[in-house]
Amino acid sequence: MGGSFPRGATAIAGLATFGLGECPGWTSLEMAAKAGQLAVADAGLTMREVDGLFICLPDDVLAGLSLAEYLGLSPRFTDCNRTGGSAFMSHVATAAMMLTAGYIDTALITYGSNQRSGGGKLSTPVGSNAWEAPYKPLFPASSYALAASRHFHQYGTTRRQLAEVAVAARAWANGNPEAFAQGPLGIDDVLAARMLSSPISVKDCCLVTDGAAAVVMTRIDRARDAPRPPVPVLGAAAATWHNAISQMGDLTTTAAAESGPRAYAMAGIGPGDVDVVELYDAFTINTILFLEDLGFCPKGEGGRFVEDGAIAPGGRLPVNTNGGGLSCCHPGMYGLFAIVEAARQIRGEAANQIPGVDIALAHGNGGTLSSQATVILGSAATI
Amino acid sequence: MSAPGPARHWRAALAEGRFLLQRARASGTVFFPPRLMEPGSGDDEWDWIEASGLGTVHAVTVIHPRPPHEPRAVVLIDLDEQVRLMSEVEGVPAEAIAIGLRVRARIGERDGAPILLFDAAEA
Repeated sequence: MGGSFPRGATAIAGLATFGLGECPGWTSLEMAAKAGQLAVADAGLTMREVDGLFICLPDDVLAGLSLAEYLGLSPRFTDCNRTGGSAFMSHVATAAMMLTAGYIDTALITYGSNQRSGGGKLSTPVGSNAWEAPYKPLFPASSYALAASRHFHQYGTTRRQLAEVAVAARAWANGNPEAFAQGPLGIDDVLAARMLSSPISVKDCCLVTDGAAAVVMTRIDRARDAPRPPVPVLGAAAATWHNAISQMGDLTTTAAAESGPRAYAMAGIGPGDVDVVELYDAFTINTILFLEDLGFCPKGEGGRFVEDGAIAPGGRLPVNTNGGGLSCCHPGMYGLFAIVEAARQIRGEAANQIPGVDIALAHGNGGTLSSQATVILGSAATI
Repeated sequence: MSAPGPARHWRAALAEGRFLLQRARASGTVFFPPRLMEPGSGDDEWDWIEASGLGTVHAVTVIHPRPPHEPRAVVLIDLDEQVRLMSEVEGVPAEAIAIGLRVRARIGERDGAPILLFDAAEA
């Protein structure tokens, strides 16, 4: 069921983040280029070796062309795939296949956004479709809120359990100097926060920050020669079942229930083998849904699973160890930041380093729980 | 020239006071929003049917704008024809709109355009 994937044939050889939080005076394109430059240097390569370019920018639908021009590259392949914040997990899948086939030799995946300094609102060209827009839902918050209302109704999930997710994310962020939101945050703080679209309060929503991230992928033989430990890509799978929330069949089960098992099959592992989990937490309900859909607990048990600090530092499963989109950064599309944190955990250089990480999972979400994509990274010992 | 696409046909019917759905001839599956073919199968043999207008609230969120604007509910409704759509339930306080509430469709008007809305159905 996994589909054919070149397990361990390619690796992340370089990575970087740049300008997390606030990066005034920079354009999104400049930030993406800077992160790219840092990641290429981290891989011990030069920019002119990049021959596969993968990018999304929030405000430029032809960002691939813009970045190629900006960097003075003439890539053999340019990918501006837009599946929302999960696009970067799809980029990893495409890059792995193309590198393995010899179609390209060096892939640069990069992202940058100045949405906080540039305007202070979620920067997205996306909105409700023509069948939903007349009812003026908050996009995208109301879509996630509708899914949460079903989870509450069917499984007894509570706002307090959602709050556990936000509190855990903050606790991780407090150990990460790069994280934008720092300081104490308790369950009662989240419960007392201004309601936005019930049951989602403003503290159940991801941040609005600036930020850029990049990774460089090569075939494993070249990655082994890079200055830093290689991070082999063991599996990468994407799934999409709908776009608008009104067309989502079961509002409590996302397509992560497909992308996760496919990625596990490619990697030859199961959820019990995963040492650290990086999930796209645009809203607190996401973490609960993805923990279920990716097999870390049974469907409907996500709310109870996260109770009592279970996904916080010192808990039973390390989830969103950088602080996630809720407390580290959320510059419009978060997927690449989850990949970078997963790779840092494998390399042993994360701010909140978990001891002995051999398998890390990065899961991206796009649209309104629509596009789901899962990447599984391993240490050199896993191949 | 061919006739207008299904989306435009649906809107024209709504403007005439008719709430239409599509039903695939082979499977009997009813679908919405309007499409050229049955989703999944690709079957393009289908008929327009009149919706019963009856449905049940499947999911609800109450949006809390900053005052002086009042909270308002946005819902997903499962029509009895097994079709889901987004709408609003009028005439019921936002906080009183619960999953499972039976509702009936009504064609209203907003911003000069017809719009599909729902009222609580008579018990």
